[in-house]
Formats: sequence, structure tokens, C-alpha cells
Amino acid sequence: MNIVVCVKQVPDTATERKLRSDDKTLDRDAADGVINELCEYAVEEALRLKEAHGGEVTVLTMGPDKATDTIRKALAMGADKAVHLVDPALHGSDALSTSYALAQTLKKIGFDLVILGSESTDARTGMLAAMLAERLGTPQLTLANKVEISGAGITVQRVTDYGFDKVEASLPAIVSVVEKINEPRYPSFKGIMAAKKKQVQTFGIADAEIDAAQVGVANAWSEVADFAVAPPRAAGTVVKDEGDGGVKTADYLASKKFI
Amino acid sequence: MLTDEYDDLRKSVESFAREVVAPVIGDFYERCEFPYEIVRRMGAMGLFGLPIPEEHGGMGGDYFALCLALEELGRVDSSVAITLEAGVSLGAMPLLRFGTDEQRARWLPGLAAGETLGAFGLTEPGGGSDVPGGMRTTADLDGGEWVINGSKAFITNSGTTITAFVAVAAITGRRADGRPEISTIIVPAGTPGFTVSKKYSKVGWSASDTRELSFTDCRVPAANLLGERGRGYAQFLQTLDEGRIAIAALSVGLAQGCVDESLRYVHERHAFGRAIGGYQAIQFKIADMEVRTHTARLAYYHAAERMLAGLPFKKQAAIAKLVASNAAMDNARDATQIFGGYGFMNEFPVGRFYRDAKILEIGEGTSEVQRMLIARELGLSGL
Ligand SMILES: Cc1cc2nc3c(=O)[nH]c(=O)nc-3n(C[C@H](O)[C@H](O)[C@H](O)COP(=O)(O)OP(=O)(O)OC[C@H]3O[C@@H](n4cnc5c(N)ncnc54)[C@H](O)[C@@H]3O)c2cc1C
Repeated sequence: MNIVVCVKQVPDTATERKLRSDDKTLDRDAADGVINELCEYAVEEALRLKEAHGGEVTVLTMGPDKATDTIRKALAMGADKAVHLVDPALHGSDALSTSYALAQTLKKIGFDLVILGSESTDARTGMLAAMLAERLGTPQLTLANKVEISGAGITVQRVTDYGFDKVEASLPAIVSVVEKINEPRYPSFKGIMAAKKKQVQTFGIADAEIDAAQVGVANAWSEVADFAVAPPRAAGTVVKDEGDGGVKTADYLASKKFI
Repeated sequence: MLTDEYDDLRKSVESFAREVVAPVIGDFYERCEFPYEIVRRMGAMGLFGLPIPEEHGGMGGDYFALCLALEELGRVDSSVAITLEAGVSLGAMPLLRFGTDEQRARWLPGLAAGETLGAFGLTEPGGGSDVPGGMRTTADLDGGEWVINGSKAFITNSGTTITAFVAVAAITGRRADGRPEISTIIVPAGTPGFTVSKKYSKVGWSASDTRELSFTDCRVPAANLLGERGRGYAQFLQTLDEGRIAIAALSVGLAQGCVDESLRYVHERHAFGRAIGGYQAIQFKIADMEVRTHTARLAYYHAAERMLAGLPFKKQAAIAKLVASNAAMDNARDATQIFGGYGFMNEFPVGRFYRDAKILEIGEGTSEVQRMLIARELGLSGL
């Protein structure tokens, strides 16, 4: 089975994240880039499926040059090879154009199964899996906390507000996973050493037959109109309990329309 | 500068320590409970196999890789770090270096995977620094078996449910010059006549396993001799030289953990109208802590570099251990001071660092013993 995992590099949530003043896109140079947490779960699930059913795991990353660190981490976890889609023309692409660029690349490299994290910690749109499925004309099985493969069929447990749905489809398919699905492994030293020797293929937009007029900040369908630094947190309201603490708390909540 | 591979390993262990160890270790410490699940996961990510060749189930890395892992674990918690240190440098390494093919095939894969632990029993109730002078444990050959009698004190990893064996240093005869002949014998857990006492109540390292052991007519096959008969003294001298670099790395981790915690806290804590980090008295303390950590790190990097290059490293290892354990102790004291009353509370990591630091100046050769070694290397013995 040919499994492709889409892996994104995101700014470390532990550091201060900024938008650029010029084109209002994320300032990817300002913060340390790390692998998006949910992508680790996606890689882990791909590795487990490969261990159970055989095949090959390819990492697909769209991102700037420094995203190679993130690719290396996914390879150190055990993925077999990687494709790095990197081109200045892609800078500032929104979710829609990112899904176009990735879909074009996926058509080039081929797949039986594509696994993604259900969202990234930077943009958090959570739409990419659905968009990819539409563009590629494959079934989408999103928000999975369990994935099973049998022959050419795939079954997932899809997390919902009321429990989970059981969703079945046939391969090829697109799956997005939630964090409850597994416990991602930490790269071992052997994995780290082996990652150095693994193939990382670099694709520019021409290699993936991506139309420059459909990607990049200038062609984005969504736009950041303006942004401001979040105001410092105001002092809270302290309710002193003089026998009427419950009433006062309820009044406060009612004044804020919580109850 | 670390190469990419070492740095990636360091980062991998750093995340593991922060995400898996830090959130739960305080509770294990409080209950003096061995954290089996954490140790299992350390094994799964290959930490116990770092310096073990792949053919024996290891990661095919080197001793420096182990040291980096120990430093990152030690930054968060010393109990898990010493469990790894003792498991590898005292448990697995002597087997790798001195064991027969059969012994290695039998024990190393489990040890390298962290599924089992090996312990090294040298210290006795009557003496740790003075070996063999204080050694009383004996092993005599009888009908193709070693018969062991005596006791061992403070043996790390010797009483867990995954302990596979203890390698016991024992007197196996007299040499021609009248001095005791020492050999190392592998005693599998559960061997009749081998009793593991209950855990000590310790000042620190509370989530690690330390036991007193006794041997009463304990019989193991003659083939359980580790390496050559009469080579026990040389074996543990080599084992301890290496182990000192590992303890130095662990100590640097603790010293760094004190810097990390203090840097965070001095922004949050206010006194007399400002964050305490604004006071020069606090800034200078932290600057000193950083200096000690940095210096000690360079010392252990250097000792490890010499070791890996096959150069003599006895003096450098002793210096690294001395400097790093002092740094850990001094930083723990300063960090606790910076935290004020909260520093004396077990719920904060610095309280744990304070309790864990002292043993670093004692175990695997006291600070006095390190000075003796350094002086000896300078030609100052027997004047
Ligand atoms: C938690 C813990 C885990 C341990 N794990 C292990 C283990 O796994 N395996 C193992 O074999 N041992 C282990 N030990 C034992 C440890 O290595 C010894 O405690 C240490 O070597 C010191 O020996 P001692 O306790 O007998 O002290 P002693 O040797 O009695 O020393 C007492 C004091 O006298 C000083 N001193 C001794 N000789 C001299 C001298 N000639 N000149 C100046 N000063 C001197 C010492 O420096 C020390 O300050 C462990 C100990 C602890 C506490």
C-alpha cells in the first residue's frame, strides 16, 4: 500500500507567533518551525498501517526551505521517503490554493491512502482533507480516531459530538486523524541516523504542474484584512463569599449572558 | 557544535522528557514508586540501546549519544535518568565489553530494548570507596558452580520486576602477592540464595530502585563468570571511568533544569513592586548557575570526545564528574533560594532537584575519590 502523509511545519506554539506587517501572512522566520502536532499522529498511523499491511510511507510537505527539519523528523520516525514541495510562488497560499497545490503533487506521486492531521496549530482551518478529497475525486474520511484497512476497503471511526460514526469507503481515500488515534513514537537514534540516507525529492511548481496563477498570496481567496496584538488580559472579577457567594456568582454569569 | 544527528536525538529526548516524564514524575517521586510505564517508553524509543551495536539489538550509537539523552532526562528528572544510566553503563556495558558471545546473546537484546534491567553490585555495607579493601563478598567454585556469600549495598535497578540479573563483584581467591582476586559473576534475578531487601527510604532519586542484596550459599553456573577470572577489578575500573562521564552528563542536566526553572519563575514572581528577575542579586545568581552548567557541559563533552577517540580519559572523566556534580549541587541550592518558600515544597521541580543533587557528589566515586584520581593522574600518589 502506498501511503502518503501530509506533514506541515508550523511555528512552535511555545514561542511568540507573529504576522508579517507587509503581506499579513505568518512570519515563518520569526519563530522556530516544528512539526504540526496532529501531523505526528498522522505519521504514526501511517507507520502502523504499513507495519500491519506492508507498503511504503511517503511524507509530503509544502513549505519553505527550513521545512526540511520537519521532513527529517517524520523520516526519523520511520517514513520511507519524502517529497518537499517548495517554491517562492507558493508563499502565502490560503487553504484553497494549498489544497490545489497538494492535489496536483499527489496526482504526480500517486497514492492509495493519504493521511493528514485534522488541523494545523497555525491556521486551524481544518478544511484541507475535505478540499483534497474533492479535488482528487476520492472519498473523505475525516476526524478519524481509528482506521482499519481490509483489502481495498477502509473503515474509520469518525469522532462526532455524540460519540462516533463508523464510515466505510474504498481506496484510494483521504483520511484526517484526531489526536486520540494513537501515541506517536519518538524518533530513535537508529531512526535519526537512517533518516539521513532517505530520499527527499524536491518539487517546484512546474514539477507538479501547478498553475502559478492559482497559488500564492496574490491569488488567495481569503485575505487577512487587518490584525492587532491581543490586548493584555484584564484583571478578573473576584467574588468574595460572605454567605451569598453563589448568588453573586450566578448574577455575574447572568450579566455576561452565560446563564 | 553538535552534529545534526546528535542534536535531533537531544531534541527527541527533550520532547519526551517534557511531554511524558514531567507531567507525572512528581507523583511517582512522592509515592517512591518505580515508573515502569515511562521506562517502557524510554525503551521503545531506544534509549537503553544507545551505545549498543545493532547486532545486539541496540541503536548502534555511541556513549556520547547516551550522555546527551541523560542530560535531557536529567533536566526534568534524575530518577528516570539514573535508571537509564545504571541500566546502560553499569548493566549493559560490562556485558558488551567483557561478556562471552552466549552471555551477550542471552542478555543484551532485552537490556538494549529496556525490557529488562541489569544491575552492578560493587558497593558493600562495609565500604564503597575502598574497593577491594572493604570487600567481603566471596565466590567459590564448587562442582561446576559458583557459591556466593556476602552482601551488597545501595544497588540501583536490582529489585524491579524487570531486573534480569545483578553482576556481582566478589573475591574469588588470593593472588600470588596476597591481594584478593576479584571476579564478576552474573546472578540472575530469582536465583535461590539471592535475597533482595525492600527499597531504601532515600533523600532523593525517590522514583528509582535501590536495594540491599544478600547472598547465602547462592549457586550459579561457572559459565556465569563475566569475562576472565581475576579481572573484576580492572573491569569495574573501566566501567566506572565511563560511568563518570554519564553521571557528569546527568548532573549537567540537573544544573540546566535549575536554570530553566529559575528563568521562568523570576519573571512570574513579584516582590517589592517588581519581578524578582529585575534584582541584580537574582540575576547574578542565575548568571553563576549558567556559568557552572556551561563549564560542566564542556568538561563532559571533552571527556566523552577523548573516550570515543580512544584516548586516555580517566583524568578528564574525573574532572567532569567533579565539576558537574558540584554544579548540580550549587545550582540546586541557588534555584531553591530563588523560589523561596515554594522551593522547599515537593510539588515544584526545584525541590526535587535539591533532594536529587547531593547523591551526585557521592555515587560512582565521591568527590574525594575524584580528587584522588586527578591527583594520581598528576603523579601525586605514594609521595
Ligand atoms: C542511591 C544510590 C545508588 C547507588 N547505586 C550503586 C550501584 O548501582 N552499584 C554500586 O556498586 N554502588 C552503588 N551505590 C554506592 C555508591 O557508589 C557509594 O555509596 C559510594 O561509592 C561511596 O561509598 P560509601 O557509601 O561506602 O562511602 P565510604 O567509602 O564509606 O566513604 C565515606 C566518606 O569518606 C570519604 N573517603 C573515603 N576514602 C577516602 C580517602 N582515602 N581519602 C579521603 N576521603 C575518603 C568518602 O569520600 C566519603 O566522603 C549507590 C549509592 C546510592 C546512595
